[in-house]
Amino acid sequence: MRNLYQEIILEHAKRPHHAGLREPFNAQVHHINPTCGDEITLRVQLAGEGPSAVIADLSYDALGCSISTASTSVLADEVIGHTVEEALTSFSAMRRMLTSKGLDPGDEDEIGDGVAFVGVSKYPARIKCALLGWSAFTDALAQAGVDITKYALSSKTITRNTPEIP
Amino acid sequence: MSDVALSKAFTEHESAAIRGDFAILSRTVRDGKPLVYLDSGATSHKPRQVLDAERAFYEQHNSAVHRGAHQLAEEATDAYESARETVARFIGAQAQEVVFTKNATEALNLVAYAFSNAAASGAMDGADPTVAARFALGEGDEIVITEMEHHANLVPWQELARRTGATLRWIGVTDDGRLDLNDLDTVITDRTKVVAFTHVSNVLGTINPVAAIVDRAHAVGALTVLDACQSVPHMAVDVVDLGVDFLAFSGHKMFGPMGIGVLWGRYDLLRAMPPFLTGGSMIELVHMESSTYAAPPQRFEAGVPMAAQAVGLAAACDYLSDLGMDRVTAHEEALTEALLAGLAQRRWVRVIGPVDGRDRSGVVSFVVEGVHPHDVGQILDDAGVAVRVGHHCAWPLHRRMKVTATTRATFAAYNTLAEVDALLTALDHVPAVFGVAL
Repeated sequence: MRNLYQEIILEHAKRPHHAGLREPFNAQVHHINPTCGDEITLRVQLAGEGPSAVIADLSYDALGCSISTASTSVLADEVIGHTVEEALTSFSAMRRMLTSKGLDPGDEDEIGDGVAFVGVSKYPARIKCALLGWSAFTDALAQAGVDITKYALSSKTITRNTPEIP
Repeated sequence: MSDVALSKAFTEHESAAIRGDFAILSRTVRDGKPLVYLDSGATSHKPRQVLDAERAFYEQHNSAVHRGAHQLAEEATDAYESARETVARFIGAQAQEVVFTKNATEALNLVAYAFSNAAASGAMDGADPTVAARFALGEGDEIVITEMEHHANLVPWQELARRTGATLRWIGVTDDGRLDLNDLDTVITDRTKVVAFTHVSNVLGTINPVAAIVDRAHAVGALTVLDACQSVPHMAVDVVDLGVDFLAFSGHKMFGPMGIGVLWGRYDLLRAMPPFLTGGSMIELVHMESSTYAAPPQRFEAGVPMAAQAVGLAAACDYLSDLGMDRVTAHEEALTEALLAGLAQRRWVRVIGPVDGRDRSGVVSFVVEGVHPHDVGQILDDAGVAVRVGHHCAWPLHRRMKVTATTRATFAAYNTLAEVDALLTALDHVPAVFGVAL
């Protein structure tokens, strides 16, 4: 259990970084996890054009479990001030680790504190929690005009949540 | 704890025998921990008797029901129809009033579609006009549900309203998790054509006052549909005593197989209802231009039916009858009272639903203040305790109770007081992990 709820995750969950909705923003999205009702409203503000545009700000208002809250906090840490290309590389690395069933330990250079989420990959029902903010982020980038098709495989691979059972 | 519940609860010896019928209860989970299964409200486990009945059907009588004239076809048809009789007896009904469906969701949709199909092309030919008129639904008419419905008894009615132009209204829920009957007379009016509501809430555990709602509905000439998914497995249910017009439940929550549900309906109503799914088995005469349809229940059972599941469900009814529904109810009441008492001692836990024990079943949902139910469920799962987390397919109800999601424990006859303790012990780890002040 401590493998799943590493101290760093609990820290991020208690005091999520960059939380709150801020102006200005180029795009805003609202994502939900229909299984548990978790929700996130997320905004991105870009500076510049194309893959080298910099993510000037990422702000959010989220309602979720410790895994999703902490993961969104790490997302904000990892992408603010970075280029779109770097951010999407981080997203790919995070998703690769989370869907690896424990085989990919994650690379701290690519996802920073995200490596603490390696335990999540052994709990298929929780992967969607950890990706809620990240997939909202890629959607917001797309709405801000960024071409994410190279990474858009995401929506197929990240929905490995447990089906809704009455 | 009530003396009745205690005196009629299963003894340790009886409990051990019951648990012995459910092989899965002896397996371990999460690195060797004994399974503590408190999620029977989602789906129950199946005793050996049910699995044996299904296996015997496939090994000895397997054939397509209501087709062919060979011996196996006769035996399979007999098995299927006698299963219908057993299920009917279990709920105090006549066999011809029992329709087998894929699940309770399909059963509820079947009724909803009877209304819109009747609105589109009329009731069945030859139906009594006064009965047929009860299914006529359009603008100005109203459909009444409640705020505590499972999505299965909510979305089909929303869709029916959308298709027909009727208006959807609902009975609200009080802060303590009961239906607010104060405005019953203003919600159910002369405009109401159908009132669909749950017998027992799958989140709150509330047992609803069926008679009061049925009396009001019938006073204005509305039909009543009861979602009995959380009552039929746990208490004696008699459709005649309840006085409703339709009743739906699923097999898999009552020790039966997955893939089978039941719609019970008053026969004069079923007879006036146009079919929902069409195809083989449900016809009377078929021409290239048009067809006529069989009498109920066959009219509502298109295609080769789920005979093995019907046989399994009948075995589940027999199993519950042998245990005695009064004792099942008393046993689950004892477990519920023990859990509510244990949760009441933990100030950091808040039960969502009635806590007074009155008109309440073995569905207990709660929140740990400041900790998301997914996180609570994860800690419990790590101890081998299986509960449900989320909104339990009742999102509007969760919004009403001002929570995003809850953790839910549900009981069945095979659960024990030791399992209630296991849940409480595992729950006590939650505050430390997530830094909740005690």
